Amino acid sequence: MSDQWLGLITGICFGALLQQGRVLRFEKQVGAMLLKDMTIMKFMMSAILVGMVGINLLAGFGLVKLNPKATVLGANIVGGLLFGGGWAIMGFCPGTSVGAVAEGRVHAVFAILGMLAGAALFAEAYPYLEKGFLKMGSLGPITLPGVLGVGPWPVIAALAVIYILAFVFFEKKGL
Amino acid sequence: MENAVNWRPYVAGALVGVLATLSVIVSTKVLGKTQYLGASTTFVRAVGFVEQAVDAEHVKKNPYFLKEKVKVDWQFMLIVGIFVGALSASVIDGSFKLEAVPPVWRERFGGGVGLRAVGAFLGGIVAMFGARLADGCPSGHGLSGLMQLSVSGFIALACFFGAGVLMAALVYRRRGGVQ
Repeated sequence: MSDQWLGLITGICFGALLQQGRVLRFEKQVGAMLLKDMTIMKFMMSAILVGMVGINLLAGFGLVKLNPKATVLGANIVGGLLFGGGWAIMGFCPGTSVGAVAEGRVHAVFAILGMLAGAALFAEAYPYLEKGFLKMGSLGPITLPGVLGVGPWPVIAALAVIYILAFVFFEKKGL
Repeated sequence: MENAVNWRPYVAGALVGVLATLSVIVSTKVLGKTQYLGASTTFVRAVGFVEQAVDAEHVKKNPYFLKEKVKVDWQFMLIVGIFVGALSASVIDGSFKLEAVPPVWRERFGGGVGLRAVGAFLGGIVAMFGARLADGCPSGHGLSGLMQLSVSGFIALACFFGAGVLMAALVYRRRGGVQ
C-alpha cells in the first residue's frame, strides 16, 4: 500500500473522530480559550493519555522509533504565541479547519485561505530566518524523561494523574 | 450543574489515541517510515502547488519548499481524509449544519459574513506563520509531541493555549460580548 492510501484511511478515521468528539466547531475551540467549555481539552488530553501509553509501549519493545520534534526555544515560543493569537480569532486549527468545512461551517474556508497565505509568507521569510532566528535556543530533539534523567513511565504516570485530576475538575465545574 | 457527564469528547479522544498508536505501528511495518499525526506542513505543500502553477521557477529556488518538498504525501492525504471522515460522520448522524457566522462571533461582532471572513483569513495568516515558525500545530506539537513526551510539544502547546486565552479574552469578552 502506498503512503497516500494509508494517509487517506488514517485521515478518514481521524476526521470522523474529530467530528464525533465535536471539537471541529468554532464555539468549542473559542470556548476553551474563554475557559468556559473544555471539550477540546478533554478530547486532546484523552488522546494524549492513550497515545503516550501506546506509543511508548511500542517504542519500549523496540517496534517503532520515537521521532520528537527538535526543541528550539525562540521559534517554539514566538511561533507558539503567534499561533495562539491567530487561533483565537480564526477559531480553528489547521487540522480542524478542513473538518469544519466538511461539517458545513463554510466560514472555515476563509481560515484555510488565510493559512495558505500564511504558509506562503513563511516560505518567503524562511531564507532570512533559517540561519539566525530558527537556531536561537536550539536544544535538539529532547524529551521530558531525557531532561529529568528518568525513563518514560514515571513521567507518563505523573501526567496521567494530573490529567485525571483535571478531568475531575472540569466535570465538577461543569466546564 | 448536576448534569450527567458527557463522555463524547473522552471516548472520541481516547480513540484518537488508539488511532495514533495504530498509525505509528502500521506505517512503520507497511511503509518502513513511522508516521505521526500532524497537519500544518500540508498547508506549505498545498500553497507550493498553487505557486508552482503560477511561477514554477520561484518554488524551485525557495529553500523552504525545497526542504518540505511540494508533493502529495501521507500527511497531505491525511488532511483529505479528515474532510471525507468529518463529512461522512456529520451527514450520518445528522449534525451537518451550514453556518456562515458562528454564534460566539455573532454575539460580539454581529452577523456580518464579510467581517467573519476577514477575521478568519487574518487569523489564519498569523496562526499558520506561527505554526511554521514553531514547527507544528496542535496536532503535530500538541498530540504527537506530547504522546512522545517531547519538550518542544509541551512548550508549544502552552504557548498556543496561553496566547489563545489572552487573545480570546481581549477579542470576545469586551462590552458584554459573551455573558
